Amino acid sequence: MTLTMAGLTLASPVLVASGCGGTGRELVPFLDLTALGAFVTRSITLDPRSGGPMPRLVESPAGLVNAVGFHNLGLENFLATELPWLVQRGVRVVVSIAGSTMGEYADLARRLGSAPGVAAIEVNLSAPDSAGSGVLDVREPFHAGGVVSAVRRDLPRGIPVLAKLRGDVVRVVEAARTVLEAGAEAVVVGNAHPAAMPDGRPGGLSGPAIRPLVLRSVAEVHAALPDATVVACGGISTAADARSFLAAGATAVQVGTALLHDPTTVARMITDLEGPR
Amino acid sequence: MTAPTTGPAPAPLGPLHVTATVLASRKVGAYHHLTLVAPGVPERFRPGTFVALSVGDEPGALSARLGRRSFWIHRVRASGGHGLTVEIVVEVVGPGTAWLAGLPVGSRVATTGPLGRPFSLPKEAVRCVLVGSGHAAAPLFPLAERLRERGCAVSLVVAAPDEAHLLSALEARRSARAVTVVTGDGSVGLRGAVADHLAEILARAGADVVYAAGPSPVLHAVAQAAETHGAWSQTALEEPLVCATGLCHGCAVPVVGEDGAPRTARACVDGPVFRGDRVRWADLTGSPR
Repeated sequence: MTLTMAGLTLASPVLVASGCGGTGRELVPFLDLTALGAFVTRSITLDPRSGGPMPRLVESPAGLVNAVGFHNLGLENFLATELPWLVQRGVRVVVSIAGSTMGEYADLARRLGSAPGVAAIEVNLSAPDSAGSGVLDVREPFHAGGVVSAVRRDLPRGIPVLAKLRGDVVRVVEAARTVLEAGAEAVVVGNAHPAAMPDGRPGGLSGPAIRPLVLRSVAEVHAALPDATVVACGGISTAADARSFLAAGATAVQVGTALLHDPTTVARMITDLEGPR
Repeated sequence: MTAPTTGPAPAPLGPLHVTATVLASRKVGAYHHLTLVAPGVPERFRPGTFVALSVGDEPGALSARLGRRSFWIHRVRASGGHGLTVEIVVEVVGPGTAWLAGLPVGSRVATTGPLGRPFSLPKEAVRCVLVGSGHAAAPLFPLAERLRERGCAVSLVVAAPDEAHLLSALEARRSARAVTVVTGDGSVGLRGAVADHLAEILARAGADVVYAAGPSPVLHAVAQAAETHGAWSQTALEEPLVCATGLCHGCAVPVVGEDGAPRTARACVDGPVFRGDRVRWADLTGSPR
């Protein structure tokens, strides 16, 4: 079931969502990574980050609330270890990036743009715990647009930019229009929904609990911007879920929290989507 | 650049995700021992590895509780007609573990394992002390057997707040040369915290290596006592795990890398067993400073 998304040919409409696939290696026992539409990395920052304090994830009915705090090895180490591991195995890699300033986003884009094997860049403009983690807290659509133009300017043309937006329906159409005008090739609609950890720290709610919220946003973006390429992300856990998002106008779907509950979910979804309904 | 297209490398010893069946469930003291038929999992078991179970629903149905529940593998045994089985020890601490403890025989549970890095075994026959606290003593019984097979002298310390939380203390004598029991209330064995007795136990056993599993304050005490005594230590951490497979980065453990630089590891895939001198205990949430 190959398809085209933002100029890329994908083996499947199912992508692993950022922050839910480890480094990729951990999925190998459960999934043929080359069968994926793409593997989206956890958000990579310029410098290594040790992440937030424990607890970082807690259960909520039909969901998880997370405040992982951008735990990642930093761009330099990512380019030296994790990226080549994925590329050598023929995995289509979308690198998610997060920065504390516009300049950092541009820096990340420039250096990733010259790294072999990067299929696309996903600009994380919607991290629900960004404020507490020292990452740019993008609240206004024009901020999102500014970041996307900075990234687009420093990235070779052949590498598409996916702008990952909040799934909140109130401003999603405005945000989508702004980032597309700023040069994004596609929008990813939905991230963990802004929420709080039990102790009040900023966090994000993900999982089936937010799926209907994101479906509404995907439908509205598609209705307002029928030519836009939309990737849906939020609580998608089964092939039936994926089909409802594809029917609402999404070109592809990202699966995250469902993998944390069952690491074989994505392999099953890929197979189920190939078959009859 | 076009990358070579190859499938994933075969991982014969990697974890499996299977539908397990509850073969037996019995209450022993404060714990519930569950025996699971989990095809392929027992064959891959090494002491210190664990399984992650889904709770609240039949496999395939999407439970409202998305986090996994992780348990040490206590025993791998042949069970007539079902091949090898794994036994886990469940302590009821919340609705998920209560659900598991109440499962009738024949129930099906989505199970992933064995997960994590196991205890490292010594190449030579050395003197080992194994310290287990509460239900976390579970992985030390099969470890003791492996060590004895290698000719190691094995002393086992089983600790708990009281007799009901003492795991299989009677059976401990089968797998270890010397067994020390410590209870907080003194109902069995020595009275007090295991930390109070470690120096004497390590000295008496002439320990070369100390293996431990339990809450982080106990492990911290073991790591310190081992260092003072001049022994290596291997500590199996019980951090709360959400996915248990390395995907979510939710189980942070502050460690010191081989190069001496501070790093943050994941308890589930980089551990759960860490060298005691590699964990930055004071930075571990919940550890006393």
